[in-house]
Amino acid sequence: MKNHKAAGLTRREQYEQKQRRRSILVAALSTIFVVVAIVIFVPMTPGWEKVQKSFFNGVVLSKTFPKLLNAFTVNVMIFAWSAPAIAVLGLMIALARDAKSPALFPLRIFGAAFTDIFRGVPVILTVYLIGFGIPGLGLPRPWNSPFIWGSLALILTYSAYVAEIFRAGIDSVHPSQRSAALSLGLSERQVMRDVILPQAIRNVVPSQMNMLIALQKDVSLLSFIGPVEIFRQAGVYKSLFANFTPYVGAAIIFLIVTIPATRYADYLMARQMRERR
Amino acid sequence: MSKLELHNVVKRFGDNTVCDGINLNVDQGQMVCLIGASGAGKSTLLRCINLLEPIEDGEIFLDGEDISLPGLNPQSVRSKIGMVFQSFNLFPHMTAFENAILAPKRIKNLSKIQLTSEVEMLFERFDLAERMHNYPDQLSGGQQQRVAIVRALAMKPEVMLFDEITSALDPQLVGEVLDVLLQLKDQGMTMVLATHEMQFARQAADKICFLKDGKVVEEGSPKQIFIHPKRVETKAFLSRALK
Amino acid sequence: MSKKMIVSAVALALLATNAFADGHCASGKTLEKGKFTIATGNPAYFPWVLDDAPESGQGFEAAVAYAVAEEMGFSKQDVVWVRSSFDEAIQPGVKNFDVNMQQYSITAERDQVVDFSVPYYTAPMAVLVGSGATDTSATIEALKSLKWGAVGSTTAVQKIASTVVPNNAPLLYGDNADVNAAITANQIDAAMFDLPTALFLSAVMIEGSKVIGQFPSSESDDADQFGMLMEEGNPLKVCVDKALNAISENGILASIEAQWLQDTTGVPLIK
Repeated sequence: MKNHKAAGLTRREQYEQKQRRRSILVAALSTIFVVVAIVIFVPMTPGWEKVQKSFFNGVVLSKTFPKLLNAFTVNVMIFAWSAPAIAVLGLMIALARDAKSPALFPLRIFGAAFTDIFRGVPVILTVYLIGFGIPGLGLPRPWNSPFIWGSLALILTYSAYVAEIFRAGIDSVHPSQRSAALSLGLSERQVMRDVILPQAIRNVVPSQMNMLIALQKDVSLLSFIGPVEIFRQAGVYKSLFANFTPYVGAAIIFLIVTIPATRYADYLMARQMRERR
Repeated sequence: MSKLELHNVVKRFGDNTVCDGINLNVDQGQMVCLIGASGAGKSTLLRCINLLEPIEDGEIFLDGEDISLPGLNPQSVRSKIGMVFQSFNLFPHMTAFENAILAPKRIKNLSKIQLTSEVEMLFERFDLAERMHNYPDQLSGGQQQRVAIVRALAMKPEVMLFDEITSALDPQLVGEVLDVLLQLKDQGMTMVLATHEMQFARQAADKICFLKDGKVVEEGSPKQIFIHPKRVETKAFLSRALK
Repeated sequence: MSKKMIVSAVALALLATNAFADGHCASGKTLEKGKFTIATGNPAYFPWVLDDAPESGQGFEAAVAYAVAEEMGFSKQDVVWVRSSFDEAIQPGVKNFDVNMQQYSITAERDQVVDFSVPYYTAPMAVLVGSGATDTSATIEALKSLKWGAVGSTTAVQKIASTVVPNNAPLLYGDNADVNAAITANQIDAAMFDLPTALFLSAVMIEGSKVIGQFPSSESDDADQFGMLMEEGNPLKVCVDKALNAISENGILASIEAQWLQDTTGVPLIK
């Protein structure tokens, strides 16, 4: 209970205010110091001018930024159709792995093999093998497009990770929920659909957000099999101008998209932690 | 034949025999209270009755039908036997009303309007109408447990099982839940309760069964068990429990 | 002649040989004293290098490398081969080679960050098509409707964009091997390479493919000229240029070209 003496502060409030002001001052001073040090000392290093010309070249950046932004729409497009497919397939694999009836045993094996393989092989390998390999079997156009098969490689890989997260989510729902639902006479399927899954999905949204953010970046792997997305476009510019600034430009564009996403994911995680306590 | 009959029911978990040949008869409209120390097998027995756990040996009859046949689809049995749990187990992502209407909606072929009005009446009957559209985390423990009872009742069961439903409640909230049980008894529901509430059992039960180490050590009317217990174990348990 | 004079004459001759063995122009300017370090691709392709073994001196670029080395005064044993990726070399910064020979086209932009020797080969650009498009005629009009691919870091990208102006945006890849894979998978119809590489790929690497035409090298600025790539400001450039000019004038370069790149006739010009 606060004890306000007329318009004054309690002695504890006074003390805390003083502490706060002190720490803000220290933080501000040290930040300024570091920034000034960087701004003054880094350009003094012998290679700075060359590095700046190569990596932070304003002229090159302004020339290349528009087309980089344009190429980024390819990334967005691939992400937009892959993410939902991953969510659906991931959930299906998670359910397959947890299938209880003996008749569905092959499904469990399949689910386990799927997650083992696609979590075990580096994504870039999967992109190459599926992106080039399957069209190489003789598919006609447009069915052999690298967009289709490259996206499929991403979908298969990410579904494996997403499936495991869903499984963890399903396991995190207390078994008493299942008992209660079954006691009401609901079938296993109804229990899963109406009681377990809604809770499981809610529980794992923060973790899945992290997967989404990783996917946003891995879309660039499709650049190896043809699509001109931002990483490839930056590479073309790098070769054209013999300058790395286009990569810095691409990084900036990525950050503009991923920073809000990571912040949101952190917020969701923090909120979940608070609710659990 | 009784409404619910258990013949020599055996349940094992690995090497541990939790129910060791239990015989129990529950007549229509009777309230049977199972008492005993924790681990005596009360909860497990209840879970065997509504087929949440398969039994190793013995039979369970509901209205003369063997519901413990291996391979029997448990769903239809469970619609007839309702269960309420110690930790309420309400579905947190649904309101109280949605909790109650979920199973009837999925299983019974009645129209939505009819179901809604029936469920609403249930909530009213147990003084929960105002709380119907709240989420479980907005309700007190006593309210949650009463909602859990309403949820089980929405399926119009013929038998109700209660697994220590007041053990997790603050003392001042226990009363409102026990009142519901009395209400149900007055309405003629067949009830089996595992409970630590000795006073309540003594006053309300038709039959008391004392379980120890998976066996029914003694059973009888409340007067017989509480006032004239025959077995040593019963006496020992009661003297500890009634302190 | 007195004995003294003979001895001094021999001594002088020896000294001169020693000095010459160091490479009078190149001495002190190479990475490793007395050695000439040349980088090539990983792997290095025919007809530039045979069997990925540049030490054999077999292949156009391998042969030119040894010719230039000899002209600068390095013996065969003084030539050291290293590998680098195409992209690695174009980066600004210190190099682990004296020169890099990997069919690098000389461009003004690259020249700002690295140095090139005088050209050692003028490469016509040629169009390679997969088995599904071998009957495409050698006209710009026909080429427009094909699905194109190219290695993203090469000048082919700009050439396709400015000369062909295809109807669909090209797909771009990291290296020649991936372009080949795309042609084989019928994901692209056509790709542009320097003529010798195109001929090699169609003969050996991609079944059913065909070089349907080459761009006339009279297209002034567009003509791709290969130069040896060096670190920016490398003093060795003077010596390398001198050597290249020498072997160009005395016909050695032409005879190497004739030996290794003789198949470049018979491919129609694109109109």
